[in-house]
Amino acid sequence: MRIETRERRLGAALVAPALIWTVAFFVLPFAAMVWMSLAHLDGRMVVPGPDAGNYLRIFTEPSLRRGIWVSLQITAIVTVISVLLAWPLAWIIAMRVPPQWRRLALLLAVLPFWTSYVVRSYSWALVLGERGVVMNALTGIGLLSEPVQIMATRSATVIGFVHFFVMLLTLTIYANLVQLSPNYARAAEDLGASRFQVIRLVILPLTLPGVVTGAFLTFVLCIGDYITPQILGGNNELTVPQLIMLQLGRRGDYPMASALAVVLMAIVTLAYAACARWLRMDRL
Amino acid sequence: MMRFLSWAYLAATFAFILLPVVVLVVFSFQDGRLPVPPFRGATLRWYGEILGNRALMAALRNSLLVASGSALVSVVLGFLAASGLARVALPGSALMRGVLIAPMTVSYLIIALGLLQMFNQVGIRPSLIATGIGHVVINLPLCFAILYAAMGEHQRNAMRAARDLGAAEWQVLWLISVPMLAPAVAAAFFLSFTFSWDEFIIAFLLTRFDVTLPVEIWSMLRSGLSPKTNAIGSLVFLVSVVMVVALELTLFRKART
Amino acid sequence: MTAEVRFDAVQHRFGSFTALHQVDLTIAAGEFIVLLGPSGCGKTTLLSILGGFLTPSAGRVLIGGRDMTHVAPKDRPTTTMFQDYALFPHMSLRDNVGFGLRMRGIGRAARNARAGEMLDMVGLADKAGRRPHELSGGQRQRVALARALAVSPDVLLLDEPLGALDLKLRRQMQEELKAIQRRVGTTFVHVTHDQEEAMAVADRIVVMNQGRIEHCGTPQEVYLRPATLFSANFMGEVNRIPVASGGATPLGPMPFGQGTLCLRPESIGLAGDLPLGPARLEEAAFFGAYLRCYFRPVAAPGMRLVAHLPQGLHLKVGDEVALFARDPVILPTESGAVA
Repeated sequence: MRIETRERRLGAALVAPALIWTVAFFVLPFAAMVWMSLAHLDGRMVVPGPDAGNYLRIFTEPSLRRGIWVSLQITAIVTVISVLLAWPLAWIIAMRVPPQWRRLALLLAVLPFWTSYVVRSYSWALVLGERGVVMNALTGIGLLSEPVQIMATRSATVIGFVHFFVMLLTLTIYANLVQLSPNYARAAEDLGASRFQVIRLVILPLTLPGVVTGAFLTFVLCIGDYITPQILGGNNELTVPQLIMLQLGRRGDYPMASALAVVLMAIVTLAYAACARWLRMDRL
Repeated sequence: MMRFLSWAYLAATFAFILLPVVVLVVFSFQDGRLPVPPFRGATLRWYGEILGNRALMAALRNSLLVASGSALVSVVLGFLAASGLARVALPGSALMRGVLIAPMTVSYLIIALGLLQMFNQVGIRPSLIATGIGHVVINLPLCFAILYAAMGEHQRNAMRAARDLGAAEWQVLWLISVPMLAPAVAAAFFLSFTFSWDEFIIAFLLTRFDVTLPVEIWSMLRSGLSPKTNAIGSLVFLVSVVMVVALELTLFRKART
Repeated sequence: MTAEVRFDAVQHRFGSFTALHQVDLTIAAGEFIVLLGPSGCGKTTLLSILGGFLTPSAGRVLIGGRDMTHVAPKDRPTTTMFQDYALFPHMSLRDNVGFGLRMRGIGRAARNARAGEMLDMVGLADKAGRRPHELSGGQRQRVALARALAVSPDVLLLDEPLGALDLKLRRQMQEELKAIQRRVGTTFVHVTHDQEEAMAVADRIVVMNQGRIEHCGTPQEVYLRPATLFSANFMGEVNRIPVASGGATPLGPMPFGQGTLCLRPESIGLAGDLPLGPARLEEAAFFGAYLRCYFRPVAAPGMRLVAHLPQGLHLKVGDEVALFARDPVILPTESGAVA
């Protein structure tokens, strides 16, 4: 047998288990889900399709169409605010904090990143509640005469999300910043740029890959999350994941849940295509 | 001026980031029925209660089991796949890498939904095993990516040298690759463990009677705010932090050598 | 242990690119052979085929008379010393050197003894418990050599083993390599693009270019009597003077047929058996061991000759002297062979 052939067979044998696992438990279920999305529910019976009824309903029925709109809005707001908050934080940690404290500062800055979604959202419910720490402090120092309702509004959802994604973006932007040679900034300063110009004209453009990677992850994770809007946002306006869970729970409407999931997936794919040029998934 | 602004900004964002965690932990010691101000003094009562709570402790054990089991399977599969794809250019290598990484870009909810429907159809009941399978699906891409990235030219040359000196394939993997990649393997394991430990939606949809900790905490939330929830949340956080510190240490070792 | 190596009409293609055309080469047992050529000439491909990391598209490889073309690297009587040494970072030097023996099922005591012996041979016996990252580049290089030789291969393959070392260390390691090769008697096949290194260590040099063997011979033969313009150029600096049919040259008639007259700088001087006519010194630089001089022949002011003259000479720029040459080589002019 040729050496290359033997090598290839061995390589294939090593890849096979992981590949089989991914195909069996990811690709196939996904395909089954797409197929299911083309079926429809008749009473409690699933009638196999293919028919596009679910998709038509998603774009015509106000409650469903609104869900997509709400999800997109929240995701867009969260992504923008998170980037704006995270970039200076990452920059300060990378450039202003003394080197020996940098790892510690980064570790602290992303510590709550590692708590579960459920616990994190619950913590925000504690903080933002009518009798929570924030309202207590604001009324205590007289800034507010009486508590304002934040919990069970979109603001609570956005705050909860921003909290998480600031940490995520800080990580990706920081990773990008520390890879930059300090000589870029030195060269720019040497050529007469002010410190602000250095940041705006040199550092900022160079961190674009980190920003885009982080923003994409933010988009994907935010638009697909069920917990945060469910715990913090309540049921006043429903996001797509909440709608999916609603289909599953109340009606057992798997076809509609699947169709919503496919739409969600399509939105993510579009987002990916939009920023594919700058994405460096391998750098994470 | 710039310096002062920097530190003020740092302090403000740290306050924002750490606030919920601090509140969570502080009010887990609340000597009262509600985990909201004013703080009425410290007690360990709630910790005592959750440690005596059968359902919670069972959920905790389940979570540990699922997290360690799924992390182990993910690391092993990811390691084998990475060594396979790193050693030769197979026809369709790029496609295989793409398929292996693909689950990373899909919402957990969608993965859970797909698995739920498939398991329903083939008659697999919701269970810890089903959840574990789902967690391997989300962690395998991560393990593969970490280990594949760690297998550089240096690593490939060492494997080639070992083969040249007469090592069989399993010896190359076990005596050369695993020790050389030990930091990356450990990092992949701890990261997978943490993600599985914290994961909610897959566990929620794919378990029924034996549930994992996040699912159990979720059901506790229905009964409103309680210092008990703070206490268990703090414990979950503690486990994650321990994992992260372990990760930091293993990654640090990688950075040094 | 040592064995003869034979390449029998070996060809190799990577897709549409032919890395090796037809290569026939016999290496005697115990010989120190250097494969020399610019990057992309096929020397590393040839070495990989000998080591078993590539199967040739056509042809056979014989080691000690046995056909090894399809035998896996681990089952061949060859070991390789890799360019980046590929020492196992997580093992002590002793375990690195003993690795091959361990794979052959030899017990710990025996392989530690052998590892100690090999480390002693390369002068690192006192560092057996150290890890590779504690060593300098030259020391790592020695460990890689000891590891490859510990299993007593018939043929040792060296893939640009000295490339990562600085010049001084490289010269020193060349001498050591040569001495160790004489001691163990193993056939060494060494790949490099450094012609000085090749001349320093080789019994025979194989000059390769574009997948073909250009010339194969002792360092003296390859340097002084190159077979092609390419190998003349690659082995060192050379003055080239076109010779038309009938012996006409820009410097006047010479007793050669049509071709290119090649003269090494050190073959041009103020005495010799081939007169080159008067020339004017245009520039001179002191290089320590010699004076590097540029001359313009009076008969052909468009031409520039480089000569290395003894450093004691008192010549001034502008002086006119009569130049002579030794060891002339006349080669057929060919297109596309200019390095």
